[in-house]
Amino acid sequence: MATLKELAAKDELFSGGHRLCSGCGIPPIVRLLLRSAGSPVVATSATGCLEVGTSIYPYTAWRIPWIHSAFENAAATISGIESAYRAFKKKGRIPADKEIKFLALGGDGGTYDIGFQALSGALERGHNFLYVCYDNGAYMNTGIQRSSATPLGSATTTSPAGAKRPGKQEWRKDLTRVVVAHNIPYAAQASPHNWRDLEGKARKAFNVAGPAFMNIISPCPLGWYSKPEDSINAARLAVDTCYWPLYEVENGILRVTYRPKEKKPIADWFKIQGRFKHLFKPENSHLLDETQKRIDAEWQRLLDMDGKAVF
Amino acid sequence: MAIVTGKQVGLTGNSAIAYAMRQIDPDVCAAYPITPSTGIIEEFSSYYADGQVSTELITVESEHSAMSACVGASAAGARVMTATSSQGLALMWEMLYIASGMRLPVVMTVVNRALSAPINIHCDHSDSMGARDSGWIQLYSETVQEAYDNLLQAVRIAEDPRVLTPAMVCMDGFITSHAVENITLLADGEVKGFIGDYKPGRSLLDTDNPITMGAMTLQDVYMDFKHEQSMAIAGAKEVVVEVGSDFGRRFGRHYGLMECYRLEDAEAAIVVLNSAAGTTKVAVDELRKKGKKVGLLKPRLFRPFPYAEIAAALKNVKAVCVLDRADSMNGFGGPLFSEVRSALYGLASVPKVMGRIFGLGGRDYTVEHSTAVFEGLYRIIETGRMEELTGYLKS
Ligand SMILES: Cc1ncc(C[n+]2csc(CCOP(=O)(O)OP(=O)(O)O)c2C)c(N)n1
Repeated sequence: MATLKELAAKDELFSGGHRLCSGCGIPPIVRLLLRSAGSPVVATSATGCLEVGTSIYPYTAWRIPWIHSAFENAAATISGIESAYRAFKKKGRIPADKEIKFLALGGDGGTYDIGFQALSGALERGHNFLYVCYDNGAYMNTGIQRSSATPLGSATTTSPAGAKRPGKQEWRKDLTRVVVAHNIPYAAQASPHNWRDLEGKARKAFNVAGPAFMNIISPCPLGWYSKPEDSINAARLAVDTCYWPLYEVENGILRVTYRPKEKKPIADWFKIQGRFKHLFKPENSHLLDETQKRIDAEWQRLLDMDGKAVF
Repeated sequence: MAIVTGKQVGLTGNSAIAYAMRQIDPDVCAAYPITPSTGIIEEFSSYYADGQVSTELITVESEHSAMSACVGASAAGARVMTATSSQGLALMWEMLYIASGMRLPVVMTVVNRALSAPINIHCDHSDSMGARDSGWIQLYSETVQEAYDNLLQAVRIAEDPRVLTPAMVCMDGFITSHAVENITLLADGEVKGFIGDYKPGRSLLDTDNPITMGAMTLQDVYMDFKHEQSMAIAGAKEVVVEVGSDFGRRFGRHYGLMECYRLEDAEAAIVVLNSAAGTTKVAVDELRKKGKKVGLLKPRLFRPFPYAEIAAALKNVKAVCVLDRADSMNGFGGPLFSEVRSALYGLASVPKVMGRIFGLGGRDYTVEHSTAVFEGLYRIIETGRMEELTGYLKS
């Protein structure tokens, strides 16, 4: 486990001057990831905030080889890059002792929704890569439209808090669980507030043989209607309310990597975000109750699974 | 399965393409099955399974991912190939533009097939014509031999540093892909010598010299990128000619921008792509025997469109019928018609040009159809009147 000092001493591979918002969760996530790899990294990003915010020609925030291709194909793009790498190694065009890590990054839209098929295919094919979803809970780049990762009740521009339908009416997809069902060597959930946990998971994820997946919650002041200075705290609350449990599944064994000393009520996380404001009206309290119930049940399920084989 | 007679080998179009791919031995191939191109990938998979290629084969979960993986691999500096048809090409549509916009020399065989709905697995050119503005070079092939030769040349054309543009080689579904034809294959060494090594100017795998690819551009530069791309594709015409001549010098089969068949003194001509040109040649020969001055122009290169050369080749013809195996659905005739007619517009004396849609979804095109078209052209020449400018071929 690296210390913060050690991590900070490493080369900055993701430069400042990018155009992501202040308080955005993505830059600290990417910085931690790149510092955990231990070898040169080649990365691709799906269309979305990360891509747009880091690559406006003629500038780039990337000090590693990086490509953006389209919205739904980060996993397929990295499949091609990683296959070229294997072909070149076989032919001696890359020295046998040179190791490169492959990283695909996508938002929840590019991962849970439109890029889901490409992700599933790449996981099944067993490419040696790490896929990281930064989950900010909506299509933020295009103006906060709902995704299948958007929490129940959350107001987005395509699930506004209306008189009849108060925000998103559906429970979110549990993508991490779906990914685990692909039987890949490593999958985990992480959060940027817990850098130590995130860094350790990223290191494992980069170093397993075969596909690895990390789902990382990423606060978005613009889409969450929260204060930029509250972002890290918002990430912490997501974890301490158990909305976003930190766990990993390594070679089929599930391990909860963090248990809050005091599990907080979901309302604590909701109330610092404007997207949930309407849920505090009496007529919408059932949504709050339902959310709490489902979170409790899911947390219990994870605790019951802790240390056990998932299948 | 090959049938060998003397120096010739009987192969289907698909087998010949798979054979060429084995000889090219690309670094990466990412593909997804679809009739009628499936055989290519099946046979290539056998070469892969038997260790006859050094390729990394990615059996992706869709054509969108096939082209996406091709883009990734090509950006990494690999020589990359794939094949598809119809719905598969349609699903790739978004990625075609990304491959060409990033100037990645991916080479793809398109086995032409109709587009749904209604679903139909047979030949027409709706698929590749739908991709005609995607910034890919398009080579069309009348025969199995041409498809084989075109694929080898496409590698060199696409990878030429002056071009750096993806290329598709088109052949007719079933008619060419599944018909056995006696062809002459090159030796593996000849293929290697002809295509050479691919030396990419940049690679994502060069981690010491990191590059950013696929950056976002705004109003200030996007158009300049597109202009440069457009100029590069236009310049590909010269390279196609160069590569075709070199191929001819080495192997005796010469290729240019188009084939003109008995066109020098022709009064009436048909312009048509791919296998229908073969049928038309038979009609031309029969009518020539009867003293009719008829001929054929078969474009080989459709993108970039060799408009000046086509105009020059048709300038003395009195009446032309352009046959399109794809409908632009209420455009001004089919795509080949509107481009050929437009190419002729600047001539001092413009031939009469009509357009006919034919052969959709595998509808037969016979020598009789071809003969009837020539007869129609003669009526125009004799009467000076064209009754129907564009429409569907009566069949
Ligand atoms: C095929 C396609 N459909 C739609 C879009 C428009 N689009 C670009 S980014 C985006 C949303 C991205 O959302 P997400 O993946 O959650 O990432 P974020 O914006 O939150 O970073 C959408 C809808 C597109 N670029 N391509």
